[in-house]
Amino acid sequence: MRQAPLSPQMAIALPALGAASILIAWQYLLPLLGVPAYIVPTPTAIFGVFQRNFALLIDNLRPTLIEALAGFVIGNLAAVLLAVLFVHSRILQAAYFPIVLFFNTIPILALSPIIILIFGIGMTPKIVIAAVICFFPTLVNMIRGLDSAGDNEHELFRVLSATRSEIFWGLRLPRALPMLFSSLRIASATAIIGAIVGEWIGSDKGLGALIIQATFNYQSDRLYAAIVLSSSLSIALFCIVVLIERRVIRY
Amino acid sequence: MPDAIEARQLDVGYGGRQAAVKVLSGLDLTVAAGSLLSILGPSGCGKSTLLRVVADLLDPLGGSISVLGETPHTVRSRRDVGFVFQDSTLLPWRTVLDNVRLPLGVGQRSLTRKIEDRSTELLELMGLGGLRERLPHQLSGGQRQRVAIARALIGEPKLLLMDEPFGALDEITRDRLNDELLALWRRTGTTILFVTHSIAEAAYLGERVIVLAANPGRVVKDLDMRPFKQEGNRCKREDPSIVAAMADLRTALERAS
Repeated sequence: MRQAPLSPQMAIALPALGAASILIAWQYLLPLLGVPAYIVPTPTAIFGVFQRNFALLIDNLRPTLIEALAGFVIGNLAAVLLAVLFVHSRILQAAYFPIVLFFNTIPILALSPIIILIFGIGMTPKIVIAAVICFFPTLVNMIRGLDSAGDNEHELFRVLSATRSEIFWGLRLPRALPMLFSSLRIASATAIIGAIVGEWIGSDKGLGALIIQATFNYQSDRLYAAIVLSSSLSIALFCIVVLIERRVIRY
Repeated sequence: MPDAIEARQLDVGYGGRQAAVKVLSGLDLTVAAGSLLSILGPSGCGKSTLLRVVADLLDPLGGSISVLGETPHTVRSRRDVGFVFQDSTLLPWRTVLDNVRLPLGVGQRSLTRKIEDRSTELLELMGLGGLRERLPHQLSGGQRQRVAIARALIGEPKLLLMDEPFGALDEITRDRLNDELLALWRRTGTTILFVTHSIAEAAYLGERVIVLAANPGRVVKDLDMRPFKQEGNRCKREDPSIVAAMADLRTALERAS
């Protein structure tokens, strides 16, 4: 038998209680078990970093945010444009889509040093890495989305003698939006991964650089604070995408 | 006035002229302007294919077809045909009103005449006045088909092609929509080709019923329903004459299947 759904109050209260129970266990149980603070600092110690080193954290958050956002916009925009080109030219799609898929099999960690060789240090290579990581899922989803209108829908537009551009704006694009947004939601997290990976390999600024420095200096409270901040950034970007999605897709 | 449809030795199939799978073979059919023709047949007999050739969605392999005295292509680009699909094919992101108005915003370049925005009038006519701002997923199946019919009618087509439009509806809703369609046909004088696989529906609606057989599709029965009905294609579903005509159609359909 299926369980009855939770009431709205419980649906909010239970996850909050769950998180609180784990934080409390982390705070009090781990030191009791003898886990040293340089491996796992307590939540209050991590919170302390936010108080003491707020300016440092924000200074490192800013470049990561800019790189991730720029990469997100550029990567997804390029993917959408290429998808539009591909669905309108079967020849181009047949010739180049397999190559695109091949590039997608190269792990981003292997590709990143090449991108840094090409673009040097500075923000550009991080933006490129974030863009590349967003690009592939959106390209594949967008092609599928633009092709997802049914035969009857195409026939409806044909009976009305619709032009190619009317079919695109009136049918293909609106049909593709739900799939586009599902890949944008994924890209909101991966763009930040891309920026951080780029910062690991060659940077002295950004959350990625902060993570590397804190690790080598055994500043584990600072390391954990950087992780909390990266994850908050992902959540924020994800929420923005979902909010836009809710405004655009009402059905 | 030319016939609504005049098909001679029409061959239709898929897979090109050579190795084609023929769906319709040597089909002869004349449909008078202003009439209501029911097309009955088993699955795969080419009922829908015939409508698609008339609507210029599919080219015939051989033979000839003229629609309203011209080529299907001319008639389509003039917007003289309306098409209602089995699934309403409403665009889920458009409201009821915007779905009905779709033909006003699309394909205008090929049009020579101006299409008036009769959406308000049509929505009232189809009993959808209060649902203008609803989205398709908020409608019942019957309401969705009413919207699809209103959309097909907004260009004031001379020919309305309906491909099993009420096939997925419950019986009560289907009967009600049958009556609404008949009322609409009497008011507008539009020629209607109505594809169905319900014998009762074909007999009740049609002034004439043709039965198609499959492999390859051809006309195996052509029944004039007017002798079985009263003036103006009126009848009751349980009239003995209609029941007799249905038995006749059933025999033909059984042989065709």
